[in-house]
Amino acid sequence: MSVKISVSINGKKYTSEVEPRQLLVYHLREALGLTGSHVGCDTSSCGACTVLVDGQAVKSCTTLAAQVDGCNVITVEGLAKNGSLHPIQEGFKEEHGLQCGFCTPGMIMAAADLLQNNPDPSETEIRHALEGNFCRCTGYHNIVRSIQWAANKLKETNAAVL
Amino acid sequence: MIPANFEYHRAGSVDEALSLLAQPDVYTKVLSGGHSLIPALKLRLSQPGALVDIARIAELRYIRQDGNYILIGSTSTHKDIANSALLAQHIAMLPEAAGLIGDPQVRNVGTIGGSIAHADPAADWPGVLLAADAEIVLRSQAGSRTLAAQDFFLGFYSTALQEGEIVTEIRVPIPAAGTKSTYQKFMQPASRFAIVGCAAVVQVSNGTCSKVRVAFNGVADACFRDVNVENALAGKAPTAENIAAAAAQAAQGVSILSDHYAAEDYRKHLAEVYAKRALTVVAG
Ligand SMILES: Cc1cc2nc3c(=O)[nH]c(=O)nc-3n(C[C@H](O)[C@H](O)[C@H](O)COP(=O)(O)OP(=O)(O)OC[C@H]3O[C@@H](n4cnc5c(N)ncnc54)[C@H](O)[C@@H]3O)c2cc1C
Ligand code: FES
Ligand code: FES
Repeated sequence: MSVKISVSINGKKYTSEVEPRQLLVYHLREALGLTGSHVGCDTSSCGACTVLVDGQAVKSCTTLAAQVDGCNVITVEGLAKNGSLHPIQEGFKEEHGLQCGFCTPGMIMAAADLLQNNPDPSETEIRHALEGNFCRCTGYHNIVRSIQWAANKLKETNAAVL
Repeated sequence: MIPANFEYHRAGSVDEALSLLAQPDVYTKVLSGGHSLIPALKLRLSQPGALVDIARIAELRYIRQDGNYILIGSTSTHKDIANSALLAQHIAMLPEAAGLIGDPQVRNVGTIGGSIAHADPAADWPGVLLAADAEIVLRSQAGSRTLAAQDFFLGFYSTALQEGEIVTEIRVPIPAAGTKSTYQKFMQPASRFAIVGCAAVVQVSNGTCSKVRVAFNGVADACFRDVNVENALAGKAPTAENIAAAAAQAAQGVSILSDHYAAEDYRKHLAEVYAKRALTVVAG
């Protein structure tokens, strides 16, 4: 048995037939070719699979594709506009916020959730906002700086996060 | 990890969810935030024939005052509760505990109803609701019933919830003026589940502690109220010595969990430390 879902992903409407057991992250990666959302742990722990569902950060390895029927999903592929990087992506580039880059899409989406709710976060608030995201390379310091860079850039340009 | 197959239904109302749950011959489970159930499905610890998704039932998601109670709809997320000014004003340990659950992604979707139905011994809501003297409202096609939290939590992953029933509401009595509450936890560093979590409620008036309620998560195979600690502080002045003496009674006569995070004697020690911290916040 399959269910029909209709989801807006990065501003584009997709209508698909999915098995109810299909997890959102595999639907994105395997059915739609959106491989930016990574599967790090597959056990809800690492946050590499984080996407925004109706504006909120969610672990897509712990979400059924069927649950997001009718929702608005944004993945890391949906952030760059007209060929220029999103300020959060720019921040990761400027502040060397990645090494292998595996955790980066999830970090960026968690940061997007944070900055929407708190445009001027303290270092402590940024660290708390990343509690659901693991990085095995950077030691987190540069990730925090990247998000601070993005917060400043968004403030200076008076831009909305999304 | 891929779950075994199941049918998926999204209910638009409680009545619809109850009738879907009552289907004979299909083992049907409620799906709320999915942050305990989906991991269990992926590990195939649970293999239901059908899921009824209740997360988007609008009539189940609210936090509002009704007389001397604050009513919390069961699909309210941990984030909804963490952000509730109404709860912060009247019973601060609820938003405090909500903000300590998991991580932002978990709090965005996990719900209070799902957490208490699951009754993980390391979950935060069970002990908090015991200390709050909360009531749990359950509905089935046969009608609705209200249980004291004390009668709802029965043991290790075990509750009074029966087949065909849904948790619809949590009723939290508003404590008398001058009552303070807190939740203090020592968390597993990766998942943030409670290794020891202590919820405490105390009213201090005329230099005396009364209405003392203390409950623990994570210490035993289910949440429990610690009457030894409560009785040791009730009627006493809120001095550091009295608080320390009461906290020293923590987790006496209970069978204490032991695992690779914390051995039995260490957990017992943590229970005393966290009782002392919690009581110092509310009475110190
Ligand atoms: C990485 C991670 C970290 C976590 N950390 C913590 C933590 O620190 N503290 C903590 O307390 N929890 C923690 N959790 C668990 C989290 O709080 C879950 O959200 C919660 O336990 C279950 O709520 P849910 O809405 O996700 O329920 P679901 O997973 O949808 O359901 C759980 C169970 O309850 C049943 N159910 C759900 N809703 C109802 C209802 N209204 N009536 C009857 N039955 C129902 C389901 O059938 C299922 O058996 C964590 C989870 C993850 C993935
Ligand atoms: S892959 Fe989803 S949390 Fe790790
Ligand atoms: S950059 Fe390698 S895991 Fe974070």
